[in-house]
Amino acid sequence: MTALLRPDCLVLASMIIPLVAALVIPVFHNRSNLREGVTLIAAVLLCATVWSLLPGVMAGKPPSYDVVEVLPGVALAFKIEPLGMLFGLIASTLWIVNSVYSIGYMRAHNEPRQTTYYVCFAIALASTMGVAFAKNLFTLFLFYELLTISTYPLVTHNRDSKSMSSGRLYLMLLLGTSMLLFLPAIIATFVLAGTTDFAPGGILAGKAGTTTLIVLLALFAFGIGKAAVMPLHFWLPAAMVAPTPVSALLHAVAVVKAGVFCVAKIVLYVFGLDSLSGSGANVWLVYLATACIVGASLIALSRGNLKARLAYSTVSQLAYVVLGAALATSAGLLGGALQIAMHAVGKITLFFCAGAIYIATHKTEIKQLDGIGRTMPFTMLAFLIGSLSIIGIPPLGGTWSKWYLALAAADAGFLIVVGALMVSSLLNVAYLLSIVGRAFFLPPRPDDDDHGHGNGHGHANGHAEGGIHEAPLACVIPLSLTALGCIVLFFQIDNITALLAPAAAGK
Amino acid sequence: MQAIQVFAEHYNYVVTIFLMMAGLYIVIARGNMIKKLIGLSIFQTSVYLLYITPAKIIGGTAPILDPAFKVYSNPLPHVLILTAIVVGVATLALGLALVVRIKEAYGTVDEDEIFAKDGEQ
Amino acid sequence: MTAISAQLPALQVVLPLLGAVLAALMRRGTPAFALTLAISWTLPFISGALLYQTLTGDPISYRLGGWEPPFGIEYRVDVLNAFVLMLVSSVGAVILPFAHRSVASEIDEDKHAWFYCMYLLCLAGLLGIAITGDAFNAFVFLEISSLATYVLIALGRDRRALLSAFQYLIVGTIGATLYVLGVGLIYLVTGTLNMHDLSTRLVEAYAVYPQPVLAGLAFIVVGVGLKLALFPMHVWLPNAYAYAPSVVSAFLAATATKVAVYLLIRFSFGVFGKAVAFPTLTVTDLIVGLSIAAMFVGAAAAVYQTDLKRMLAYSSVSQIGYITLGVGLANQAGLTGGIVHLANHAIMKAALFLALGAAVYRIGTCKLNDLSGIGRRMPLTMTAFAIAGFGLIGTPGTAGFISKWYLALGSLEVGGWPLLLAIVASSMIAVVYVGRVVEVMWFREESPHVKGASEAPLAMLLPILVLAAATVYFGFDTRATAGIATRAAEMLIGGLR
Repeated sequence: MTALLRPDCLVLASMIIPLVAALVIPVFHNRSNLREGVTLIAAVLLCATVWSLLPGVMAGKPPSYDVVEVLPGVALAFKIEPLGMLFGLIASTLWIVNSVYSIGYMRAHNEPRQTTYYVCFAIALASTMGVAFAKNLFTLFLFYELLTISTYPLVTHNRDSKSMSSGRLYLMLLLGTSMLLFLPAIIATFVLAGTTDFAPGGILAGKAGTTTLIVLLALFAFGIGKAAVMPLHFWLPAAMVAPTPVSALLHAVAVVKAGVFCVAKIVLYVFGLDSLSGSGANVWLVYLATACIVGASLIALSRGNLKARLAYSTVSQLAYVVLGAALATSAGLLGGALQIAMHAVGKITLFFCAGAIYIATHKTEIKQLDGIGRTMPFTMLAFLIGSLSIIGIPPLGGTWSKWYLALAAADAGFLIVVGALMVSSLLNVAYLLSIVGRAFFLPPRPDDDDHGHGNGHGHANGHAEGGIHEAPLACVIPLSLTALGCIVLFFQIDNITALLAPAAAGK
Repeated sequence: MQAIQVFAEHYNYVVTIFLMMAGLYIVIARGNMIKKLIGLSIFQTSVYLLYITPAKIIGGTAPILDPAFKVYSNPLPHVLILTAIVVGVATLALGLALVVRIKEAYGTVDEDEIFAKDGEQ
Repeated sequence: MTAISAQLPALQVVLPLLGAVLAALMRRGTPAFALTLAISWTLPFISGALLYQTLTGDPISYRLGGWEPPFGIEYRVDVLNAFVLMLVSSVGAVILPFAHRSVASEIDEDKHAWFYCMYLLCLAGLLGIAITGDAFNAFVFLEISSLATYVLIALGRDRRALLSAFQYLIVGTIGATLYVLGVGLIYLVTGTLNMHDLSTRLVEAYAVYPQPVLAGLAFIVVGVGLKLALFPMHVWLPNAYAYAPSVVSAFLAATATKVAVYLLIRFSFGVFGKAVAFPTLTVTDLIVGLSIAAMFVGAAAAVYQTDLKRMLAYSSVSQIGYITLGVGLANQAGLTGGIVHLANHAIMKAALFLALGAAVYRIGTCKLNDLSGIGRRMPLTMTAFAIAGFGLIGTPGTAGFISKWYLALGSLEVGGWPLLLAIVASSMIAVVYVGRVVEVMWFREESPHVKGASEAPLAMLLPILVLAAATVYFGFDTRATAGIATRAAEMLIGGLR
């Protein structure tokens, strides 16, 4: 028994727990309480497992597990390095919160196909863990593809023609880029470096010329479609047809973060920070990421649908991570890694809020949200906190990632990038805080009918005119927790940087 | 003159090539399935000829060891072709059987008509 | 015991051959099935023993009738054909339990015994091609398997099955005749038919008579190309697979074309390799070009099919392109990829055809739209279909990925980026045709045909699940596939001058 609790075995457990859950959930097809119970237990177990791995990583003894050598020099193997640890922690912790939220959302909505939903979710989480803990490019790619495939049924959850065509786009774009660009890049890396194992300092260091590095970096950057680097971003807004908990966890945390995480990990352990920045092969990506940051923010500003606006905001915020990786400096990578965490918590809050609003009022357009702060104060407060964190205002987590990124850009001499970051923050203010402003300061529109279901009076104390009309508790509590998380992360920065320091130093 | 000599020396091979091309042409050009099978048989026959021609040694006898004879024909190609003929007959028989069944099913043995009938469905 | 083990190569072929006769004599379906089952489950053990012997020792040489090679017929088993024997006999065995019910529902009762007779005959022919070391003997076995195949296809329910069988008969006979013509030419210049002997004698012969040798190679490549449905000689294949009974489609897709590919590999590397330096000939460029065309044309045609068996057939054309691409690349990694895909594709395609066969058994059709929503009615079968489909795409974690990995490495070695891009781009088309079907099966409303359908019976389900599991298993543990393929490729490449 104790042998099973060795860190090395726990690495494997972090994938097996959700997979077992995925097998058990269908057994309780008709007993929803048990079914959701399994999901919650799996989420808690997974989270505990992942957290238990943290001390080993902090102590510089990364747990690892080699499963099988698939081909000569190519193995299915896991090894936890700091970046993956952070990503794993975020994803597994947020799964608990998200599961609670899912239960509230799906039940309030009487959604069909809930069993499929929870099964796919569990598989997606297992894949996310695989991506986070992968020891080499092959393992990373394997779970990356599995993540795409397992989230496809979630995106097409509604099964109507719109979600099916969005699902098709989602699948084709993500599979397409990964097969046409990512896979050749992996094979080329294998041929050049003779291995696909991640190693500090980069396995390609000194093995390829600048032109080759540029080509490979482009193949990786665009091949990892989940990173939503423009112009390959449009699957992300399309995927918003999915139920909100899916958008929240997968398209603010697991899927897209898996994408940018891959980019960061590849820059760090395949290219190597010094060898990449020394070759100058990264410059084009710095500018492209900067353009994405500003461009996507501008598009977000023009979107009237709440989830669409959040989606473009995500595209923009993901580009911060790509920017951090592209800068290929310690500070840049630190900023990028922090952004993975900070944005995850901030954006999931915003999506939770969007879902809560939809459940309580069936409103999806921003212009319908006038005065909604009076009926849904908790939700909108959380929305405010999440927005501020994403903008990067202290004392919220997002501050740090923006800070390190700006610092790194200035250090590397990209002053334009620093300017762009400021412009983008202003745009963030414009597209996020305007929603909060409407909600709290404008009077409700007279033509707005209240479609509330009436089963969600979590806080019905009848104070404001019309009364407080929140979403079910199972929705409000998670979003309050994540909003709280934004604040907690601000104060936990020392611990996080301590975790990331060895990775950022390129060791 | 030389051309005629080459022709005469390779007479069997010329016939082989002619039969091969003729057979293939019939298979491709004819729509009637019986004719296709005939073409196929001619095509196969050309190969029999190719094997047999060099095996027959002029003045050679059947390969029965006897001090009286020094020159023998090569028996191996003959045996091979005997097998090939059996295979060819089997193929032809099966092909004809299929044609009979096709005739029952479609009422015709002409490919174009058959395609037309399947197109109607 | 040793007496039997010394006779294993002969038993490999003789058992199914005798079984075919017995099955025909039995006249009734069930006993014939039992006999076929017993025989087909014995064969993998024989080929397993042969494979083990070749992996641990030298190639096995078996003298049929006690005649010395090169005068008598020699059965020569090395790593390559032991691998093919193992593949064919295992697939033949795994598929068979599926046959009983499927055959009972698709074929008239009085023909059941004949079906099993033909099945065994076909198996005997295919195993014979793989095991023999004699070029002409290979032709005889080729015709045995082909004739049985024509009959098997003609047993299909649709009257178009007859037509398909006839068309295949014409094309197949032309192919076999061209092959025997090529063999005849090299016999003329070398005086031997033993493949091993040929490989050394052709060196001398090529120096004296280069043209007949090259012509012989050309005839053999084209003849075998017809049998393996190398683009553009693939036209017979979609109809044949589409209208044949379900078991037959699965069996043929998994074995018949594979054995023909084996023959191509054996001749281009084993027989001609020493003499004409196959990799330096333009014929390899031609094969690479045709393979790439096959990969795209086959896949693109598959996208437009509404009959799913046809779709899988076109997909086979495309996948055979991958295999022949490996042959055409003619380097260690590429050839390994080709040989390993031989096995991987056989497993995946058999799973796909059987899954469709189960659908046909339950709802009587395999048109795309009739199958909508079937995933919820037959979840296990259709999960297996999806997994094998992902294998076709080459998703990591499936056997298909392994093949593609080697092919990509082989391509980078010779042609650089364009070939690699062609490989990945054609797999994208596979995403379209597989994804389309999976979407309809799982994400659409149930069609009237599907209502009331239930999961396939166990005897049909098990083979499907075993094959789907193998698809995943061989995506991770590649010792049995890529490991042996690597050794076979080493042997073939090492045999070149």
